[in-house]
Amino acid sequence: MTALLSVHNARKVFGGLVAVNDVSFDVSRGELVGLIGPNGSGKTTMLNLITGALKPTSGTIMLDGTVLSSRPAHFIARQGVARTFQLVRVLPSLSAIENVVAGAVFGHARHWGADAYALAEDLLHRVGLGGRADAPIASMTYIDQKRLELARALASDPRLLLLDEWLAGLNPSELKIGISLIADLRDEGRTIVMVEHVMDAIRSLCDRCVVMSSGTKIADGNVTEVLTQKDVVAAYLGGEDA
Amino acid sequence: MDILVTGTVLGGTYALIALGLTLQYGVARIMNLANGENLVLACFTTFWLFSTYAVSPLLGIAIIAPAAFALNWLIYRFAMRPLVERAKNRGQLEVDSILATFGLMFIFQGVMLLAFGGGYYTYNFLNTPVEILGANYGLNRLVTLAAAAIIALALWLFLYFTRYGTAIRAVAVDPVAAGLVAIDVPRASAFAFALGGAVTAAAGSMLSTFYTFNASMGVIFTMKALIIVIMGGVGDVRGAVLAALLLGIAETAVATLVDPGLTLAATYALFIIVLLFRPQGIFGRSPA
Amino acid sequence: MNAFTARELRTAVIGAAALAAAALIPLADDGYYLSLAVNIALYAVLCTAWTLFSGPTHYISLATAAFFGIGTYTVGLGIDTLPFPLLLAIAAIAGGLIAGLVGVATLRLSGVYFVIFTLGLAELVRQIVTWLQTNFTNAVGLYVFTDFTEAHIFWMLLGLAALVYVTGWLINRSRLGFAMRIIGNDETVARHAGIDVARSKVILFMISGAFIGITGAVLAPRFAYVEPPSAFNPLISFQVVIMALLGGTSRLWAPLLGVIPFTILFDQVSAHFPNHTSLMIGIAFMAVVYVLPRGVTGLVEDLVRTRGSGRPATVAERAQP
Repeated sequence: MTALLSVHNARKVFGGLVAVNDVSFDVSRGELVGLIGPNGSGKTTMLNLITGALKPTSGTIMLDGTVLSSRPAHFIARQGVARTFQLVRVLPSLSAIENVVAGAVFGHARHWGADAYALAEDLLHRVGLGGRADAPIASMTYIDQKRLELARALASDPRLLLLDEWLAGLNPSELKIGISLIADLRDEGRTIVMVEHVMDAIRSLCDRCVVMSSGTKIADGNVTEVLTQKDVVAAYLGGEDA
Repeated sequence: MDILVTGTVLGGTYALIALGLTLQYGVARIMNLANGENLVLACFTTFWLFSTYAVSPLLGIAIIAPAAFALNWLIYRFAMRPLVERAKNRGQLEVDSILATFGLMFIFQGVMLLAFGGGYYTYNFLNTPVEILGANYGLNRLVTLAAAAIIALALWLFLYFTRYGTAIRAVAVDPVAAGLVAIDVPRASAFAFALGGAVTAAAGSMLSTFYTFNASMGVIFTMKALIIVIMGGVGDVRGAVLAALLLGIAETAVATLVDPGLTLAATYALFIIVLLFRPQGIFGRSPA
Repeated sequence: MNAFTARELRTAVIGAAALAAAALIPLADDGYYLSLAVNIALYAVLCTAWTLFSGPTHYISLATAAFFGIGTYTVGLGIDTLPFPLLLAIAAIAGGLIAGLVGVATLRLSGVYFVIFTLGLAELVRQIVTWLQTNFTNAVGLYVFTDFTEAHIFWMLLGLAALVYVTGWLINRSRLGFAMRIIGNDETVARHAGIDVARSKVILFMISGAFIGITGAVLAPRFAYVEPPSAFNPLISFQVVIMALLGGTSRLWAPLLGVIPFTILFDQVSAHFPNHTSLMIGIAFMAVVYVLPRGVTGLVEDLVRTRGSGRPATVAERAQP
């Protein structure tokens, strides 16, 4: 079977800085892949290339045979790529349920009217915000806003879900809830790529991880093996990158 | 040839207005739509000084530019600063400053209409012909071009070769980071806004020596200056000068070769080309 | 969200009653008050059509005079050969088309480019029309002779107002309206949710431009003689911006709260102090920015909230452009 997501020699240059340096990797259907690396290693840039927030300088990104690279973000979203943001982005003047409906109307799966609202209601329950459909967004805690963002991403029934440090900033008990939520998504067969710094989460959730350092892919494989690899350890503990 | 010289003179004046605007927008982050009125006000003041007190327009600049500096400082301090302080993001500041400067534009216009009426004004100054390569040009136009070149050069030297000029350019690039390296950002912004007003006023003084002006023509100049600023790239001195000359020549060419009533169409044609192909400006780097 | 809510029904009934009552005005007076009523209806339509686009996007459009003039010119050129309703349709298409072109060129970029582009648009179209007329026809002006009276024009404007309100309401219920609300909150989220942001804005701008075009066409018989400087009067653009913002842009009916007082005031000022109109518009702009950033509607909402809950109103929450 071919890969669902295939990144081939993706490259992104900002002025003189090579943020992503000819990175290639594949993600198969149903796989949960961790994308890790030290700060500034190009992980979020990589996600931005996949979702179309940025256009790659060169290289190809494909989703199930469709070329995504250099297409606009809305096209990529409609192909079935949904994401959350590193710094949570909710829609403050919309109600909680409308925030979720926003994900259901224009994306990969398209719902409208009562149908979209029913779906959004289900998803709010799913992420633990049941009964809070009309809650004002501004009064929501950080984790609740993150939950809301996840529900919005799920509302389009994405073929590929990209989580950008979705677990960052959560306290230990919230972290547990968050990890089990992602585990549920994995168990129901969603394909997920998660950029993450929380190593416990990577260890307990991911089958495989891709490690980036200074824009280059330095490792790709089974999580426990990769994390003991010398250059990976060096990159994290202060090799040339720190 | 005639087109080139006439176009360059017009372009020189445009360049000064655009430089004034690019300082105000690029550094102080205020899209000043009343800048054209600032120019017209300088036209009227020069005319008034010349006709009432026989003050030469060249000397007039020495009075008008500092006065415009003071006026624009006050405008920034009391009208624009509150908007900068209350804005939650750059987009909101943009909308607020556009609306507020529209207000200023109409107020200036209203005051000038009350003071001078809606008629067209012109006066004679250095209106002696000078022959260049077989064609005659008004001395006033050539003096204007020289003055524009001197002012633009002085501005460039100030911005690129003095300590305070560098600080101002730093604010243009990133106000937050500039603040972190101990640059007084509000003061630099006010200074840039005021300086921009002074440069534009100087352009107005020169313009009035050869151009027929009236109280409500400011907005067209504002618009052209804005288009030049965008063509040249916001905050880019070289770009603004080049774009201004380009626009001056293109307009003169259209006015001479096609129809004087279509100058704005020439402006827009250039504008559309820039918007479609190089929205970051002629010299601008392609966006990241 | 598909059925009528009680609130919507109530608004519809009140709106219809208000329109019906307004329709009786020409029976009561056909002089000064009717003429004032025409002006109010005119600006009500223009400002509401303007708000359809500029309300949710926060782009300040100064293109009103251009669309309006195109509508007027359509009638001026075609009145002798084509039936009036067809001319209205052509005016709508022409207005929408120009809006589409402007939108495609500028709406991908930030709001500043858009403002600058529309600032000179009326003047540009005026230059081109004048040039075309002087070079390819005999006269610069056009005569528009019809049997329409001021009352007819007023009724047509009321009909148009009803149409604009219904369209606005339909847009708000549609995917396009929902997309605009998301865009108004966060364009990045909108894009990643699958919304073609630029396309949505262009479509909305075209709808707005089409209505303004029709309005210009409806008004043409009132001018009797159409020439470029009067048809493409840039002041219309500024007046529309100021009235709409004065009323507020958060609700469909909000601009009306700016249109009625401003039109009456402007009428008085231009009658008694004709040299002070610029000053008045300038002061109104300042008032909108410094005193009423969310318009009269915002002020009323804050008052209601303070009274209702007994706690101070929250700071003006203006959505990000």
